[in-house]
Amino acid sequence: MARRVAIVGTGQTHHKSHRIDVNGKELINEAVTRALDDCELTIADIDAIIIGNMDHFESINYVDTWSIEGSGGYMKPIMKVTTGGTTGTSVAIAGYYHVASGIFDKVLCIGWEKNSESDTTTAIVTCSDPIWDRFSYSGAIPSLATEASAYMEQYGATQEDAAYVAVRERTHAQNNPYAQMYNRPITIEDVMNSAMLTYPIKLLDVCPRTDGACAVVFAAEGVAEKIAPQPAWIKSCSVRHTTTWFGDVDYNTGMLSLKRASREAFETAGIKSPVDEIDVAELYLPYSYAGLKWIEAIGFCGPGEGPRFIRDGNTNMGGKLPINPSGGVMSTNCIGATALLRTAEAAIQILGKGDKRQVPDVTNAMATGFGGCWWSDVIILSKDKP
Amino acid sequence: MDKIAIVGVGQTTYKRKRQADIFYDMVYEVTVKAMQDAGYTLDDIDNVVTVSNDFLDGRTISCMAVQEAAGAHDKNVSTIEGDGTFGAFYGAMRVLGGFGTTLVVAHSKGSEGDPRVITNAMFDPIYHRSLGLDAISSSAIQANAYMDRYGLSEEQFALVSVKNHKNAQRNPYAQLPLELTVDDVMQSRMIADPLKLLDCSPVSDGAAAVIIANEDRAKKARTKPVWIKGVAHCADAYFLGDRDLTDPKALKDAAKRAYTMAGINTPIKEIDLVELYDAFSYMEPLWLEGMGFCDPGKGADITEKGITALDGKLPVNPSGGVLSAHPVLVAGLTRIIEAVLQIRGDAGEHQIDGVNTALAHGLNGPCGQSHCVWMLGRK
Amino acid sequence: MKDWLDNVPELTVKGQIKLPYTWSVGEVGSKFLVALRDEKKFLGNRCSTCNTTYVPPRKNCGMCFRDINEWVELADEGVVMAYTIVRYAYSLQPAAVPFAYVIIKLDGADVGFVHIIKDNLDKLKNGVRVRASFKEDRKGHILDIDSFIIL
Repeated sequence: MARRVAIVGTGQTHHKSHRIDVNGKELINEAVTRALDDCELTIADIDAIIIGNMDHFESINYVDTWSIEGSGGYMKPIMKVTTGGTTGTSVAIAGYYHVASGIFDKVLCIGWEKNSESDTTTAIVTCSDPIWDRFSYSGAIPSLATEASAYMEQYGATQEDAAYVAVRERTHAQNNPYAQMYNRPITIEDVMNSAMLTYPIKLLDVCPRTDGACAVVFAAEGVAEKIAPQPAWIKSCSVRHTTTWFGDVDYNTGMLSLKRASREAFETAGIKSPVDEIDVAELYLPYSYAGLKWIEAIGFCGPGEGPRFIRDGNTNMGGKLPINPSGGVMSTNCIGATALLRTAEAAIQILGKGDKRQVPDVTNAMATGFGGCWWSDVIILSKDKP
Repeated sequence: MDKIAIVGVGQTTYKRKRQADIFYDMVYEVTVKAMQDAGYTLDDIDNVVTVSNDFLDGRTISCMAVQEAAGAHDKNVSTIEGDGTFGAFYGAMRVLGGFGTTLVVAHSKGSEGDPRVITNAMFDPIYHRSLGLDAISSSAIQANAYMDRYGLSEEQFALVSVKNHKNAQRNPYAQLPLELTVDDVMQSRMIADPLKLLDCSPVSDGAAAVIIANEDRAKKARTKPVWIKGVAHCADAYFLGDRDLTDPKALKDAAKRAYTMAGINTPIKEIDLVELYDAFSYMEPLWLEGMGFCDPGKGADITEKGITALDGKLPVNPSGGVLSAHPVLVAGLTRIIEAVLQIRGDAGEHQIDGVNTALAHGLNGPCGQSHCVWMLGRK
Repeated sequence: MKDWLDNVPELTVKGQIKLPYTWSVGEVGSKFLVALRDEKKFLGNRCSTCNTTYVPPRKNCGMCFRDINEWVELADEGVVMAYTIVRYAYSLQPAAVPFAYVIIKLDGADVGFVHIIKDNLDKLKNGVRVRASFKEDRKGHILDIDSFIIL
């Protein structure tokens, strides 16, 4: 019988573009020790470890066995999960199943990336099929730009609409001392004036590259309550990694993987009206236009309604459904950690540890991961047990 | 632990080069085979775990190439990067955690990359990578330390090679069925002292899949379920110099926990068959010691005495082992599959009689830094 | 349908992932490499909980999971604990074959140090004493140590 599982503590580094003062293992260790401190546990209390990042960004083969000194894996079970941008949520979901299985009571999940150590675009280009896709539709931006321009054409959305999303993320980051963009707010004008990379995506419409790590502790019912006064229970996790080739994606419709994963996750969690029942969402939005379009796929509003939903302030702090109180991916993007940060930040809202970025009266929170070939992971967390 | 079983298996034949196949093809082939074996349709597969490695595939997000081929379209799916035994353990946890069934599929094509450069990337970029260490040279250091500690000889290791390649003659999937003498092994080219060509596993292409089901869904499969009695994994320190390479303590820890889960007290008496990860000849006796089948330093002994032969008290690697076929990541999953076939009575020409309880084993990291031990049973 | 498959040539496409990397050594490792570069000295550090002296030095002890604060100066010589002689050549090796990989217990350290031996391979066996031989032109890199010499 599957057990109930909760997140009981989190830790993360202060994310920066370059952390040359530490090597990868040391970066991981920072996040791990912070997570253990958050739980008031020691590494001896941890029963298993899961770690994830994107291999080619640091060129470490078998990261799990390499990481031991930093991750705490000495004489412990450790395994590696890696699924591109969705790595962080895939790691979190692995943490969930490790505990739900009944085999491990307290599991440490680690996501990390040291993007400063490589050329991110060159590395990410290798994700596409070497025979059919790599020569052309590569790197993170081209497919996103295709989606954005299709969306603008279909619904009359504007670059300025997207700028509202970028400004929201960066404004929220001012409450999050861990965010790379802490102390670096921007205005709509800043976004509109930033350099055009690939129409319609400008420099300030996309996420940065970051060195950072995040660690999250999952615990079983019966154990979790002894660690956290208000554990963040996992109500559901759903994954759809739908397509293989970039040409298979339909850029004219809502993101299929996010629609399906969201629908399944809400159903399992017993959520009938997401926009009313989700109190805070940490969404993996790697670029501003996603903030308009992907909330429609999730079902917070209808097709084409994203810009209005955003402009009305619904997703700001104090709004109906704050999105990314942490500042989101556009304020920090250490890729292997990014989706785990969404999970951690959603958990922080329920754990009540959000400080300046705490949303009041949170019962249900949502975290998503995005990556690969338009894939989506969705996790629903709650104050209530499933 | 709730009752869960392996109900379907599939493998490709293992070859030096499967030029006609792309990763997708191999994964599709074994996915279909495993489903047919179980008598399942795609609807019977609740979720999928793929196993692949970005370095081996020359591709960031290597799982992207194969998820569809593994039947993961519109399903929950995840990816483990590491040996198939670890991936299958995660798949088992997902069944214990709520899914009715999990398909686990691993693939690799050693022929498509440079294994030396790829395994060199296991080593720390600051202190060891520029020394040019790779899987073979590092393993040779371990073999040297092992021999030195217990006064073992290269001939004793050669016996393992002779045994396993001969066993491979009865396994239609194996890449290197060979009739060898100890002398053949001793005369083969020295690669890195004391490892000679015939002490080393080959470079291989292949894929394998298993389907894990809970007790209820196992009833719907057409095969006799092979029950997962215990699984555990454990990792030692990372730097080679931090470890005692002659003492497989991570394996001891994993084996102990797997035995406890499976209710095994005296391994040599209660286990009928072992499929272990012999990437090199010296690893078989070393791992047998770590699994508690004999005292430290005595692994070569039990091989010499014929205890691990096909007709011995404890047959080890009747499939031919990793020495006979080494598709990285797949090889551990193959050990599980071989153990399953033996318990079912489906191992054909290399069937051992009366296998009720079997141990399957896989490795991650240099010199067997991390081990995963599986206990499988008929009941 | 099957017939045309039999006549299809099996094409391959060649490619390579060429990615430059810049790995951060970290402050602790940097101190070690700078000592090699500037002073031809081996620095280790000792975990105050388990008393293990590590080389190369670590920011934290992997076993005790605590930061390490005590630096230890080690000898530049020690004893060979294990080795192999490499007989095959490939692009990433720092020396011409045959050469040896060795794990050395430097005097004062509790863990082994991995490096290479190039000369007098016929004299190489476990237990021999060796000393580090440094390059003239050192950059703050593990290969500032050219190799170890059998004494």
